[in-house]
Amino acid sequence: MSRVRRRVLFFVPVGIAMAAVLAWGLVGLPSFGLPHSDYARYFAQHATGQRHTTNVVAAIVFDYRGWDTMGEELIMVSGVMGTALLLRSTRGEEHRAARDPVTSELLTWLRPGMIPLVLLLGLWTISYGYITPGGGFQGGVIGAGAALLTWLAGSYQRYQVLTPDPLVDAAEGGGAFVYLAVGLAGLAAGGTYLHNLIPLGTTGDLASGGTIAVLNAATGLAVAAGLVLIFHEFLEDYTETVPDVAAEER
Amino acid sequence: MSVFPYLVAGVLFIAGLYGVVSSRNYIHLAVCLTVMQSSTYVALITVGYLTNGQAPITKGAKPGKPLVDPVVQSLTLTDVVVSVAVLALVLSLALRAYRTHGTLDPDEMREMRG
Repeated sequence: MSRVRRRVLFFVPVGIAMAAVLAWGLVGLPSFGLPHSDYARYFAQHATGQRHTTNVVAAIVFDYRGWDTMGEELIMVSGVMGTALLLRSTRGEEHRAARDPVTSELLTWLRPGMIPLVLLLGLWTISYGYITPGGGFQGGVIGAGAALLTWLAGSYQRYQVLTPDPLVDAAEGGGAFVYLAVGLAGLAAGGTYLHNLIPLGTTGDLASGGTIAVLNAATGLAVAAGLVLIFHEFLEDYTETVPDVAAEER
Repeated sequence: MSVFPYLVAGVLFIAGLYGVVSSRNYIHLAVCLTVMQSSTYVALITVGYLTNGQAPITKGAKPGKPLVDPVVQSLTLTDVVVSVAVLALVLSLALRAYRTHGTLDPDEMREMRG
């Protein structure tokens, strides 16, 4: 009997037991669509009044549960670092010029049309993150998507030129550093970690939310840079597998 | 009241777990892990849903309608992004394993070591 068959046979009783425990746990949860906990109700009612941001989710992410978000962000940064270290350490020293010419005409049209639009959408999602739906996490991903489009519609070389390694590394570390620094500044001023020191501003304005705005921007930067770095590492490996068509024809 | 959203979460979790158990390929395994993770998002968002609720954005919100739970939404949105970075780490481990052992099958890798 193969290992996989044995594992699956073992899984059947364990899976059934697990499903039963899962169902038991889910039964204890509030019914779908019914009013929920006081914790959630409190934020829904008071977040805008207390933090002057109209996006309650952003107020929770970057303020009420800002400590939790810092942990998440550090997980992301370490994930990105681990990926970069693992892929860089096994890669050969010699660097060939990447050969991945775009053959589709439709894709080359993406370049002037889509890339600036996607980048703008990313920046917009980050900068209005605490007023309308959006935020640093979502906007950062969209912004990194714009960078990926430069590879798709142009070439890997173009991607490298537009996102130079030192800049991306600095943005990644800088975003995480600003998050830590804002938290420590609250401590240094005699408050708690992540205590708000910046005037809260007028609700609904771009200049509102105090530290929420700063942390939102820092997170957007770190997320975008992190994803750009991940794409870079995988693209570097991918382009090495692209056959050298030009050299074969010569 | 409906149990179906919770059922979807449960099915996703068990299906992902089955994939992890029966996997013969590290990349397949990484995808199965994200399926399992997605089940927690479904469960979280389900917990926060309110009948006749509205999005937790107070700008332009209709007065009198309750907001859906913003806490579970914030937990989900951060984790969706973070899980991408973790998935990249798992995939780079798979790539590295393939380079050193020439296979993506965890069982074959063990046999090679003897």
